[in-house]
Amino acid sequence: MTQVWRRRTTKAQWAIWAGWMIGTLIVAQGWHFIAEATLWDFVWDAPTQAADMLGRMVPPRWSYAPAIVKPLWDTVNIATLGTLLAILMATPIAFLAARNTTPQAIPLRPVALGVIAVSRSINTLIWALLLVTIVGPGMLAGILSVALHSIGFFGKLLYEAIEEIDPAQTEAIAATGASQAQVLAYGVVPQVMPTFAGVSVYRWDINIRESAVLGIVGAGGIGLQLNASVSQLAWPQVTLILIAILGAVAVSEWLSAKVRAAIV
Amino acid sequence: MLRLTGLTKRYDRGDPALNGVDLVVPDGEVVALIGPSGAGKSTLIRCTNRLVEPTSGSVELDGEVITALSSAGLRVARRRMGMIFQEFALIERLTVMENVLSGRLGYVGFWASWFRRFPPEDVRQAFHYLDRVGLAGFENKRADALSGGQRQRVGIARALMQSPALLLVDEPTASLDPRTSRQIMRLILELCGERGLAAIVNIHDVALAREFAHRIVGLRKGVVVFDGKPEALTPDALTTIYGSEETDA
Repeated sequence: MTQVWRRRTTKAQWAIWAGWMIGTLIVAQGWHFIAEATLWDFVWDAPTQAADMLGRMVPPRWSYAPAIVKPLWDTVNIATLGTLLAILMATPIAFLAARNTTPQAIPLRPVALGVIAVSRSINTLIWALLLVTIVGPGMLAGILSVALHSIGFFGKLLYEAIEEIDPAQTEAIAATGASQAQVLAYGVVPQVMPTFAGVSVYRWDINIRESAVLGIVGAGGIGLQLNASVSQLAWPQVTLILIAILGAVAVSEWLSAKVRAAIV
Repeated sequence: MLRLTGLTKRYDRGDPALNGVDLVVPDGEVVALIGPSGAGKSTLIRCTNRLVEPTSGSVELDGEVITALSSAGLRVARRRMGMIFQEFALIERLTVMENVLSGRLGYVGFWASWFRRFPPEDVRQAFHYLDRVGLAGFENKRADALSGGQRQRVGIARALMQSPALLLVDEPTASLDPRTSRQIMRLILELCGERGLAAIVNIHDVALAREFAHRIVGLRKGVVVFDGKPEALTPDALTTIYGSEETDA
């Protein structure tokens, strides 16, 4: 008797075929719908429009540079202060949220997880819209909105790192007669230090990019100039601002790569 | 002197991991605890310093009933019980000196330990023990840069820093090569002799146990089935502990 082996049962095989069939039909139907609703004249015209706009964007208006130094500096400061504030608030929240370090499974841990979820699910720009109406336009609103959104990101990555530590090391510290705070300081903190530092600079890097647009809703930084230039159709100015943002982002990426390499 | 009376540990389901273990270990005696995997050796050690909470029975060290202590009292009592681990359980990213000094955590306050400002006497002791275990000059190396044998020596120095009355040693040689295993066992035995420490050493290697221990206790299914001198560990006794090759269990 020949022995037969199949990876899937016949039924599972048919189910997978049916799944692909339905998926293909949905894509075809969706394509049809999008094609119906598209004004194709505009689409065919897009390359011409893009070329025309690019033509108006160059050369950059270099004489505008002095006017954006201060806003660019503000942008970097919004990102930096916002990130620091987020780290300060998110670190204790992460320890409350991690299953192995939380002092109270209910209700403290779910509350900490809830704070992280709410913070993460509201975009920085939305936080900025809310905060501009509360604290008024300016850098403060920008700093707070960067901080409020970063708490979730930072808290989540840190608490996951805390949950993944090697428990033998904390057990060994507990066995010496150390207090619970000392078990955290010696058993947990050294193990999550690389994540802590790595995520901090990574988030700072992201926040420099995010804070570049906060000015659009009045929360300080270079976004204000960008928005104004676009509405005045001052395209050479827009180019210069984009170059400045690109420069800031490049510098921040270089710096964060350096920091990450230094702390493994 | 360590005294275990009727020590029992029952995990959520199934047979008890430890079932009414009575054991007295006088000062200066090194007891090898042998038995098949799952016999409860590790549970016995962890119930002694209550890293695992025993279900019933008592643990007494020098007259103090460990099982009756509050969590604050337990922390003070744990200082007297040094523990040595199979996978060393060092803080990998900290230096050798920080690992050795962590044996003093039960004696220093939080902020002093956070800023690594240990009393000068502790630092002097740490250098002394590093020298004693053969790691002089290694104090600023990171633990993860050491070999297995060197790490276990750091683990031993950390346990000694506690000024323990008892060493709880969980499979100290299972991650080491045969030669290093013998060196580590010899070191543990010498240190217990020098300081009059009682020790319970979980060990898989019967030959090592026979050679280095003063006394051998055999555990099977959570029950002590052998307790005697190494010379008394006959083939029959080994069969009682481990079961015969032909039968399961």
